[in-house]
Amino acid sequence: MDGADVRRAIRRIAHEIVEHNRGTADLVVVGIHTRGVPLAVRLAEALAEAEGPVPVGELDITLYRDDLDRRPTHRVGTTRMPGSINDRVVVLVDDVLFTGRTVRAALDALADLGRPRRVQLAVLVDRGHRELPVRADYVGKNLPTAARERVSVKLVEIDGEDAVLIGDPS
Amino acid sequence: MRHLLDIADLSRAQLEGILDDADGFVEVLGRPIPKVPALRGKTVTTAFFEPSTRTRLSFERAAKALSADTMTFAPGTSSLSKGESLKDTVLTLQAMGTDLMIIRHQAVGAARRVSEWLSVPVVNGGDGAHQHPTQALLDTLTVRRRFGHIEGLRVAIVGDIRHSRVARSDSQAFSTLGAHVTLVAPRTLLPVTTRDWPVEVSASLDKVLPDVDVVYLLRVQTERGGASVFPSLPEYVSRFGMTRERRARLKAGAVVMHPGPMNRGVEIADEVADDPDALVLEQVSMGVAVRMAVLFRLLGGEIDG
Repeated sequence: MDGADVRRAIRRIAHEIVEHNRGTADLVVVGIHTRGVPLAVRLAEALAEAEGPVPVGELDITLYRDDLDRRPTHRVGTTRMPGSINDRVVVLVDDVLFTGRTVRAALDALADLGRPRRVQLAVLVDRGHRELPVRADYVGKNLPTAARERVSVKLVEIDGEDAVLIGDPS
Repeated sequence: MRHLLDIADLSRAQLEGILDDADGFVEVLGRPIPKVPALRGKTVTTAFFEPSTRTRLSFERAAKALSADTMTFAPGTSSLSKGESLKDTVLTLQAMGTDLMIIRHQAVGAARRVSEWLSVPVVNGGDGAHQHPTQALLDTLTVRRRFGHIEGLRVAIVGDIRHSRVARSDSQAFSTLGAHVTLVAPRTLLPVTTRDWPVEVSASLDKVLPDVDVVYLLRVQTERGGASVFPSLPEYVSRFGMTRERRARLKAGAVVMHPGPMNRGVEIADEVADDPDALVLEQVSMGVAVRMAVLFRLLGGEIDG
């Protein structure tokens, strides 16, 4: 995927969200750190273009991970919600859906912040290989991969360019 | 980072990393449910051989907000009174299933000694007049959140420097982070030498007052002989007490800090302690967040660097 593909995918997801929820009332778009955050901002911009402004939040799931013992380096990131998420429709946004463990952690984190009426999941790439019963409501691109391959999403805001790359494990 | 024993062991990047994490924990503590599952299944033990309320409670609160379990060792009710040695005590606590031990002891170097005996991370909760690293971390966090930065700030640490582990830890932490630290005290309350300290020294609070951003008042420590080396408390107040008059001579935006417990009317006047620009209670709140950052780093977070 290149920059134009990413742009089109976000625009399409925005339209699907509007259609699925019959508008954007009560909607909150929440990006999962790190690359879900700029994606959430872009998605909110696309939603604003289609329907009207939508609040954006960011969620750091470091403290909810189930592999804290296994992965040595963790920095605690920022969690910020645009007001209460009680009874809102939260669209979680992440770059890649893989094992589903990040989403599991994000759902736990969200539950500590309030009780949304509904939670939906939007991802730029679904690469398969789920280890938990998790599925996305909105997918930019389904990308068949081998489990050992690495999928890296690059975004202008963080990496200086938009791209989705598949590579061998380094 | 395997233990937290001495501020001098930490680089500027490590200090800043802990403060960055602590910012995240400040947010966690402000949530409707101020608790995260990060340290579920871990047991944190506080072994305090010296009296303490706020430090011990603050560590317990921090551990619980991270979903860790806590054990508390209290020497008054323990086998210590039957003559059990420090080494046997901490090894026993470790054998019960401790994942991290926080130790406070009147002997300088006690925490480091304990860290050599144990296989789990050790946090120094205060060793004699030597170090109190989490106090320095919470103080620097409080200042950084108030001013947005520490680099270039002028910090005066006032009072009983000689008997103060807070003075030692704080002057190291503030100067490592780029602040200018001045110790303000009478000769008798200064350490024998301050040559190894990254500080300037002054005997006049009134002289340094107009230039400083932070006035950090130390408690006059009667239990460590602090009262006997000064002629009288009224004389102490007249030269080093933070009175309302002195408060008025601070520059705009300057803040007053104190590690607690305060001797109201001695090192700090009532009106100054209760002023909104006194950060005493803010320091206490920041203590929980910074201790969460330390526990998380030693038990769930970063191992090296």
